Amino acid sequence: MNTKILGAFAAVALLAACSSQETPKPVPQDAMNKGPVPGSQEDLVANVGDRVFFDFDKAVPKSTAVLDKQAAWLAQWKMNNVQIAGNADERGTSEYNIALGAKRAAASRDYLVAKGVAAARISTISYGKDRPVALGSNEEAWAKNRNAITSVR
Amino acid sequence: MTKDAAIPMTRIFETKIGRRGLVAGSASLIAAPTLWASPALAQATAVIDVDRARTDPIPIAIPALAGSSGEADRIGRDIAAVITNNLARSGLFRPIDPAAYIGKTGGTTGDLVNFQNWKAINAQALVTGKVDSQGGDKVRVEFRLWDVLPGQQIQGTAYTTTLSNWRRIAHIISDVIYERLLGEKGYFDTRIVYIAGSGPRDRRVKRLAIMDQDGENNRFLTDGGFLALTPRFHPTRDQIAFMSYVNDRPRVYTFDLASGKQAMLGNFPGITLSPRFAPDGNSVIMAQTTSSGADIYLVSLGGGARRLTDSGAIDVSPCFSPDGSQIVFNSDRGGDQQLYVMGSDGSGVKRISFGRGRYATPVWSPRGDLIAFTRQTPDAFAIGVMRPDGSGERILSESFFCEGPTFAPNGRVIMFTRETAARDARGNGFSSRLVSIDITGFNERVIATPTDASDPAWSPLLQ
Repeated sequence: MNTKILGAFAAVALLAACSSQETPKPVPQDAMNKGPVPGSQEDLVANVGDRVFFDFDKAVPKSTAVLDKQAAWLAQWKMNNVQIAGNADERGTSEYNIALGAKRAAASRDYLVAKGVAAARISTISYGKDRPVALGSNEEAWAKNRNAITSVR
Repeated sequence: MTKDAAIPMTRIFETKIGRRGLVAGSASLIAAPTLWASPALAQATAVIDVDRARTDPIPIAIPALAGSSGEADRIGRDIAAVITNNLARSGLFRPIDPAAYIGKTGGTTGDLVNFQNWKAINAQALVTGKVDSQGGDKVRVEFRLWDVLPGQQIQGTAYTTTLSNWRRIAHIISDVIYERLLGEKGYFDTRIVYIAGSGPRDRRVKRLAIMDQDGENNRFLTDGGFLALTPRFHPTRDQIAFMSYVNDRPRVYTFDLASGKQAMLGNFPGITLSPRFAPDGNSVIMAQTTSSGADIYLVSLGGGARRLTDSGAIDVSPCFSPDGSQIVFNSDRGGDQQLYVMGSDGSGVKRISFGRGRYATPVWSPRGDLIAFTRQTPDAFAIGVMRPDGSGERILSESFFCEGPTFAPNGRVIMFTRETAARDARGNGFSSRLVSIDITGFNERVIATPTDASDPAWSPLLQ
């Protein structure tokens, strides 16, 4: 997890360094960004979709469209292994939410495996409610935090 | 683990000191209503019961213990202050403001007491004592507890230990006062293990931490390099079981308090969580996630594990009854989370919660008479108690979010986590605190912690 964050920082720093050679002034985001490298984590996020969402206290994805695209992408990029992290909103007790997050991650994994992705390429983890992506305490934030997020390992 | 993670345990030697006769104010022999009907009864049982003390806290005077030197004098004052704080926080005692004391209290070295001066300010009980430096870091603390009206000594004890142990002496004395005046064991010489939280919530640092029950002597036991959750004490309180995300593999670990050594418990393919020690201390009951939920396992500290549930649902948060014969846990096997009780071998599963909402995190009282739980309704969370058969449900505290009750070893007080809602999209306004409350629902107090805090677990008393 820490290495992932560091990796993201490094990528930003690298892009910033490249662009600063071309122009001394800060440039708009668009000029720096020539699009993610196909098959990369950034490609997964930008062009496939890295996460699915769940209803309150449920472990069946609200939509499997993103998982269908992930399965196709993983079929294309056979060298990529992924981790699926299941998460829960803050409206639940800590221990139950860890098990609920694990069940959500497992639901995503099982769907991808059913679509032909080798089970050995997918690991799962649950953070319960300890790694929210939205920090508010309202239904909008909670809906974002009931998820299973796929990332390249 | 760093060396200072270890918790020192110096021995404390205890000796009884004799009862003294009356030395001042013979008129006090004309005893009006007293705390104890007779000296004999005073020795055996207390007449004030806890429920009466709750509505009518016992007025008690706790002057500074007299010191034989400058440093001993300071320790004498500090010990009195810790005792005062403990008894006041219990809600069952009303320590009298020292400004009201009459006469020279500094000379109240233990055996010469002018009871008239204490009667005049309506003290029912009086604590006296002295602190003697005995060379090096050795110290002898003498303490006496008096029933003021008849002028009778109820207890006299001397403790010989090291200077650095003065705080524990103050807690031990507090427990003696509580037990002698209320007829029940106290809970002051105990610790709380908990999770210290810091940083933004999407990158929250969660460290294992330990402190005395009054919030003092705080220590961080892990460095925050990995998430730590849900610590629980071993019955001998020298070991903790907790959940750790070390190496991105969330599993139950044990943590040895003397050495700081951590060890993964069992070898499970799935995530393991929600550990609690069996009353005999030889095994841990916990859950392992599966693709369909979580099952409950009994895992021996010596190796070996046995699955107790297999419902295809989420079964988590198991806790033994104090006699080890039953296990309470929460499960969503019936649709949403409810509390269930089963035999220690997994047999005879029976649902016990039937109120409005979801029920979670059950813990059995050390007295065996109650189960405390978290109840979740659409708009609020609550901490409550019910009898082990599910009857007599009472809600003690309700708020935006609270969870995870833990009992004081005498079963009289519960501590839990309370969180406030974020008021904006950046998470400002969120806080997490430890709160204690009497099982009657009175005397709710926030425990001061250096950082945000959650997941408290109360230690047993040392035997």
